Amino acid sequence: MTKAFVSGNEAFAQGIRLARPAVVSAYPITPQTVVVERLSEMVADGELDSNFIHVESEHSAMSCAIGASAAGVRVFTATSSQGLLYMAECLPYAAGGRFPIVMMNADRSVALPWNIYGDQSDSLSQISSGWIQFYAMNAQEALDMAIMSYRIAEDHRVSTPFMVNLDGFNLTHTYENVDVPDQEQVDSFLPPYSTTNKIDLEKPVNMGFTAGPAYNVLFKMSEHMGMLNARDVVPPVEDEFMRIFGRRYSGMVEGHLLEDAELVIVTLGCVSGLCMDVADRLREDGVKAGVLRIRYMRPFPDREVQSALLNAKAVCVLEKDVSFGNAGVVFSEIKSALYGSGCSCAICNRIAGLGGRDISFDDILAIFEELENRPTDVGFIGGSAS
Amino acid sequence: MSGPNARTITGDEYFYGHKACAGCGGALAVRIALKVLGKNAVAVLPAGCMSAVGFNFPNLCFANNAIISTFAGTASMMTGIEAGLKARGLSDYTVVGFAGDGGTADIGLQALSGCIDRNDDVIYICYDNEAYMNTGTQKSSLTPFGASTTTTPAGSVVRGNIREKKNLLEIVAAHGIPYAATASIGYLDDYMMKVKKASLIKGTKFIHVLAPCPTGWGAQTDMTVELAKKAVDTGLWRLAEYENGEFRLNRDITDPDGIRGYLRSQKRFAHLTDEDISHIVESRDARWGRSLP
Ligand SMILES: Cc1ncc(C[n+]2csc(CCOP(=O)(O)OP(=O)(O)O)c2C)c(N)n1
Ligand code: SF4
Ligand SMILES: [Mg+2]
Repeated sequence: MTKAFVSGNEAFAQGIRLARPAVVSAYPITPQTVVVERLSEMVADGELDSNFIHVESEHSAMSCAIGASAAGVRVFTATSSQGLLYMAECLPYAAGGRFPIVMMNADRSVALPWNIYGDQSDSLSQISSGWIQFYAMNAQEALDMAIMSYRIAEDHRVSTPFMVNLDGFNLTHTYENVDVPDQEQVDSFLPPYSTTNKIDLEKPVNMGFTAGPAYNVLFKMSEHMGMLNARDVVPPVEDEFMRIFGRRYSGMVEGHLLEDAELVIVTLGCVSGLCMDVADRLREDGVKAGVLRIRYMRPFPDREVQSALLNAKAVCVLEKDVSFGNAGVVFSEIKSALYGSGCSCAICNRIAGLGGRDISFDDILAIFEELENRPTDVGFIGGSAS
Repeated sequence: MSGPNARTITGDEYFYGHKACAGCGGALAVRIALKVLGKNAVAVLPAGCMSAVGFNFPNLCFANNAIISTFAGTASMMTGIEAGLKARGLSDYTVVGFAGDGGTADIGLQALSGCIDRNDDVIYICYDNEAYMNTGTQKSSLTPFGASTTTTPAGSVVRGNIREKKNLLEIVAAHGIPYAATASIGYLDDYMMKVKKASLIKGTKFIHVLAPCPTGWGAQTDMTVELAKKAVDTGLWRLAEYENGEFRLNRDITDPDGIRGYLRSQKRFAHLTDEDISHIVESRDARWGRSLP
């Protein structure tokens, strides 16, 4: 293990280097660019033995990744925002083909208006595309997930592509100290990719076929079950990760001070850390504040959400996206998970950080204060532009 | 070079039991190319007639490895497969794509351009039936002048497609590709020779094969090969190669006056006036750089 002072993008690139993908196909877009630049440097310097393919678009990046995965090798790509939407056709394609591709997405605003800064509108718009969706909180977790994602995605019970989301700029471009594992450690944790779902010259296969009304549901159901199986695969994988690397992760969600919390912010991504700091401060004043961080949006952690919020009095879902005409995507999912769960909390939605707008300590403090009044509305932070 | 011919070609079949219409030129183009390439061909087919008729679970019709790509993603998926198989340490295989005219000259052109630019070691075959057939005969950029399609109908004001067929061979050649050729399923020896030749060249290879569609063209199902020959004989379609930076014509016009007969045997051209036909003759002459008697 070595120490490094790196950005989130660079930390992720280190994790990918250690995971040894045979093929990397990617197209540049801010704020993802650094991860692919670092990977191409690693290939150029012989640190990573991989075929780096200069595709001419994100659609081709994912189509190429699907082809390489169908050929039976480990593959990586990365994108963001407009690029994620440009490849959108290929996302359910990869998932339906059960190709365990890992993709880093630098969470960024979606045009119009044009904006290169971070929010979660891009990935949350693709929540039903069949990809596992993970939201990282810091550079170390990003690096660790670059490695762990392959273990989970490639597990034969899962065989599902895996999207690791890093908040654009806030995480992709912030420098932090990280532990970079040794190659031998990673090799002992992550075996080479092996699958029967591949092109075979001895026993040829027909892949990516059509399935009409009579059979279609069978494929879709098995895709759904595969994704759900990730819930059972994550805990033992994290246990093993702990044994080898000494870092413990908390499964589908992470709770902070939830044992007796009455006022809870539910959120995801790197703003979670700030929310936890605010909750710590409020505890000093005797306010029973807590934070529930959603690590996996897919498969959705409904049971974990239900038990974490069972005794909460007021909950705010804080997220950086809006499903126009309704509410934040995460809010809708949390609310539906709570229906019939016995939780009698009031629940509101605060949409914040759109287009990279800063979410401050005071913004979060204000949310906790508001929660005393048990609000149930959907509101925007910064909506009355000053 | 001499390629395989009707006597020497393998009796093995790699594309059979599919649901293509009787007399489908595209199905013949796929079947014959796979016979030339053999069992280690890894075929990529985008959305289009050939994937629609060949991959209906559980009726899967390829004896070799085959996969459907997204409509725009033939070339990019081929790139990924090629890279993946190479990474597995394999070498005895040929990655081949079979995409329609729409899948190649329209929606898939960007990915094809990227693939040629990288010079990935694959063979891209465009089977050209001159329209979007799988969705019901809509115009593509390879639909010829005058043809009526469901989106360029023969109306009283506009009589069918008003644009000329795109020159795909020159577009592809402009990339500096190692090998590109046009072919016709009417001249199978020539087509087989070109597929064989492509399989022996490193880098990206492109073959554009004319493949009549009796359903979309409104022609008799037993006329497919005849029409594919006639298009070449009249000079409406040229058999050519691009290699080492140079174009070479493989066959001269043998039936300069056959254009009217060619057009009149297809419903898609039934509405054409004498003036339209003269225009088609003139553009043929302009393409060949001379006026024919
Ligand atoms: C992104 C996308 N757009 C549109 C379609 C619908 N579509 C499927 S096949 C097809 C026509 C294919 O035409 P061509 O490539 O010429 O092949 P052909 O069917 O004529 O053999 C179209 C428009 C699709 N599958 N995907
Ligand atoms: S519509 Fe035309 S191209 Fe499609 S299967 Fe029928 S004959 Fe072949
Ligand atoms: Mg067509």
